[in-house]
Amino acid sequence: MNGARTRYRIRFSKLGKVRFTSHRDVARIWERALRRAAVPVAYTEGFSPHPRLSFGLALSTGHESLGEYLDVDVRAPLGDALDVDALIARLDPGLPIGVDVQAAAEIAPGTPSLQQAVVSCTWRIGIQAHGGSPAGDRLAARVDDVLRAESVVVTRERKGQRVVDDVRPAIVHLDLSDDHEVVAELATQPRGLRPSELVAALSPEYEEGRVVRLHQWLSLDGAREEPLPLPLDATSTPAREARAS
Amino acid sequence: MSSIWPQLEALLPRVAKPARYIGLEHGAQAPVHGPDVVSWLLTYPDTYEIGLPNQGLQILYEILNERDDAAAERAYAPWTDLEELLRANGLPLFSVDTHKPAGEFDVLAFNLSAELVYTNVLNCIDLAGVPVRAADRAPHHPIVVAGGHCTYNPEPLADFLDAVVLGDGEEVVAELTEVIGAWKRAGRRDRAQLLHDMACITGVYVPSMYEVAYDHDDRVARVTPRFDDVPARVEKRTLADLADWPYPKQQLVPLTEVVHDRLNVEVFRGCTRGCRFCQAGMITRPVRERPAEQVRHMIKAGIARTGYDEVALTSLSTADFSGIEGVVADTAGEDDISVSLPSLRVDAFTVGIAAKIQRARRTGLTFAPEAGTWRMRQVINKLITEDDLFAAVESAYSQGWRRMKLYFLIGLPTETDEDTLGIAALAKRCVEIGKRHHKGASVTISVGGFVPKPFTPFQWFGQNTVAELQRKVGLLRDALHRERGVQLKWHDPKATLIEGLASRGDRRLGPVVEAVWRAGGTFQEWSEHFELERWELAMAEHGLSIDSYVHRHRTEDEVLPWDHISAGLHKDFLWQDWRDALAEVGLPDCRWTPCYDCGACTGYGVEHIVASATPPAGGSQGTGQLVFVR
Repeated sequence: MNGARTRYRIRFSKLGKVRFTSHRDVARIWERALRRAAVPVAYTEGFSPHPRLSFGLALSTGHESLGEYLDVDVRAPLGDALDVDALIARLDPGLPIGVDVQAAAEIAPGTPSLQQAVVSCTWRIGIQAHGGSPAGDRLAARVDDVLRAESVVVTRERKGQRVVDDVRPAIVHLDLSDDHEVVAELATQPRGLRPSELVAALSPEYEEGRVVRLHQWLSLDGAREEPLPLPLDATSTPAREARAS
Repeated sequence: MSSIWPQLEALLPRVAKPARYIGLEHGAQAPVHGPDVVSWLLTYPDTYEIGLPNQGLQILYEILNERDDAAAERAYAPWTDLEELLRANGLPLFSVDTHKPAGEFDVLAFNLSAELVYTNVLNCIDLAGVPVRAADRAPHHPIVVAGGHCTYNPEPLADFLDAVVLGDGEEVVAELTEVIGAWKRAGRRDRAQLLHDMACITGVYVPSMYEVAYDHDDRVARVTPRFDDVPARVEKRTLADLADWPYPKQQLVPLTEVVHDRLNVEVFRGCTRGCRFCQAGMITRPVRERPAEQVRHMIKAGIARTGYDEVALTSLSTADFSGIEGVVADTAGEDDISVSLPSLRVDAFTVGIAAKIQRARRTGLTFAPEAGTWRMRQVINKLITEDDLFAAVESAYSQGWRRMKLYFLIGLPTETDEDTLGIAALAKRCVEIGKRHHKGASVTISVGGFVPKPFTPFQWFGQNTVAELQRKVGLLRDALHRERGVQLKWHDPKATLIEGLASRGDRRLGPVVEAVWRAGGTFQEWSEHFELERWELAMAEHGLSIDSYVHRHRTEDEVLPWDHISAGLHKDFLWQDWRDALAEVGLPDCRWTPCYDCGACTGYGVEHIVASATPPAGGSQGTGQLVFVR
């Protein structure tokens, strides 16, 4: 199991029914999909070897995504960019409906891990009143209030402890996209803000509806970049979304 | 075709483990429904995690979907949180494949692998929007059928099931599909006529076609068919050759965690070791091996298709498989594939195989000596000597295992306190052996109360009371509480009591099962949901005696509630084996010794299919089970 390893980064979606699988489930789904595709994944050494896969920030069970990432160490290079495309084609039949590979590329040794490097995520967050009724026209005003506020103090749980935090610095962008939905860029570092916590901060009367992670962002020398941009022709997302739901 | 997915989707964020309800498994079929197609909903009456791996259900799922005139989907019992939401929102039980309402299927088919799921069966029928009592169903309701090991005494569920399938299901589901299909195409009119036609299929028992009479002692006097063309005794179905049925070909790979989450390849069906407590061994005879070449092919194709890195070679005693060494050697030689052998005899030979397949991760090893003394093991016909057991233990510890789990039964026929305490003595001895190899060697003793089952030589035996089982557990606790390195675990004797009640009950238990279900007693296999008081109350309300059903010894001339069912075994063979048990006489395996005429082969014109005429290497005739756990 020693020897040269090459690291690939894969970007994938998680849409529709499959959104009800957990982060751990997704890891298992990928382990098996890679085996089905006969990708020579590298294993850790030791008493209980496991495949060298690393995922980005966990996506909550029930949330959808158009930008999930996986880094996988492979025992040998798969070849040039064309072969990476072949890899995508080979992986696809082994993945459940709703999980689709959007892009894949070899990444340089020493590239920081996704967990370390991602600084914020953009979310589309459905908002409804408790019990599922519409959020109503007060949502616009609440969004304005939060954007104007210098601090937004919430009480939330962290590692089983109730803590009081100002979460305003974690709200990078916030836009009302229609009367029951916001698009928000939320920081993941130093203290991240979850979509459900943003919804609670807008009003205790609200709860989250359908939530989609649209992007994860890296900060490279001040510039904002995706860990793996979508290829230019990746316009099939709405169709995939329809297929998955 | 309708789907409740849009409504269900809104509820799933509010329940635990929602991935249980979404389907999408790798290998899931695309059922094609139609007016001339008989639709089956194959339902496992417990949670998805327990039910998804069930191989019987998966085999029938494929066989039915391969037919043009059938379509099959799957359902599992929703956990209590989702059930509450479904009922509150007026939603029914649904298939996980297309989320079609259960009531829209032609056949609602249950797998009965344990007695404690009976109340869940009623709950699933009710959640499907179908009357729980068969007599209350109209022609538009699904036909409710059941298969699986518990159907050898289906009487406690006789009021609720339209039909019961006995034995191997591979062929009979086709015959049922044809009969139900003809009825459907003719306009689904007379339900009673359909049931009558179904009762004429070999292996199909239709409870409503039989009348039960009781005698003055309040016992079953006789069971008689209502019609001349309905068999007085319903015979089980037996596949002649497993090689003709290489299923599942596309084992389901779930998206979420389930039990036995690995590739399973069945290497043989049936067992003639003759352990007298073991219902599975008795009712699945004769032994039918799968050709080793086919096993190899199923492993190779299955691993490539599923992406699993582990394969279990399943059977009731896998070391007895004629091709075992070759298959294990070939498979374990493959890259990154681990092999597990869920039931092996206890001897050095099997530990040798274990060493071959578990090169890494030697964490725990499980043996099932079942009883603590040689005398007791002769009574139950589990003929493992102490020398065999200790040699196996020595071999395992010396080859790197550090933990061992030993399974035992308490409450066996003729058991004395000496036998019970023999369990503690064996445990101590195993730890002593282990400590010679590792300072931290440990043994877990897992003790279950014995439940006599129909179609075993022990079917006449009066089960131990809860108090007696608790006393025996107490003896073991006292004997082991100072023993470092021995951990004692036991099953709740109260649950054992109810398992015993359902196992040998008759039709009068129907209202009791219904009353417990109506009082909210579902998921009785789950200790957090089990309440003995509900059962005691329901029994008392219906004027029935737990003592008479569970603890009473039956006599030779007594009519047993399942006498009109046949597992192929002659009753006089079982009675003789019961007498032999009491006389502490063991009975060697008939695969390699002359026939005892138990009836399993001769009655069906089939024979054992065994590739090797000599027993596998190893010490005794032991039938110890050995399970590999991570």
